[in-house]
Amino acid sequence: MTKSELILRLAELNPNLYHRDVERIVNCFFDTITDALAEGKRVELRGFGAFSVRQRDARLGRNPRTGEAVDVDEKKVPFFKMGKSMLERLNQS
Amino acid sequence: MKRSLIRADLAEAIYQKIGLSRNESADIVGTILDEISDKLESGTNVKITSFGSFTVRNKNQRMGRNPKTGQEVPITPRRVLSFRPSHILRDKVNNSD
Repeated sequence: MTKSELILRLAELNPNLYHRDVERIVNCFFDTITDALAEGKRVELRGFGAFSVRQRDARLGRNPRTGEAVDVDEKKVPFFKMGKSMLERLNQS
Repeated sequence: MKRSLIRADLAEAIYQKIGLSRNESADIVGTILDEISDKLESGTNVKITSFGSFTVRNKNQRMGRNPKTGQEVPITPRRVLSFRPSHILRDKVNNSD
């Protein structure tokens, strides 16, 4: 499923809303999560999972093609961990 | 320590920016998460442009260890959810402050 398919589905479930409003809502939803992560906040969605920011230390990497050593700076990366109930939902039966 | 963002904060953002009522905003946050969860449960991957993609992966059985007792126990085969952030999300998270 893509974002546009999600928007179509939500518009179907909410006939009282204009399609363009559903589009704004979905964008607002993901932009709000993105902004929180950019501020270094954790995003906790019960029943789904949690997004957080992890720090990766600087390291000496290698160019896989030439084998040459290159410095890789420290960086922050988004990280997601599914929630317990998501694990259960994916593994019923 | 900054407070975590939760469902209620997403509903508040929708209430403020889109102008739905507080109840409608809370409902739609729930619906978005339910729709994504339903798709994942049925084994369909979900890709959100400029945010990232959620994929369901199958894990085989492997041996694990009880960290407290050191005893070896098999970890049952299972399906897990993984998230791959888009480059846009990575850049925003890495270039902050």
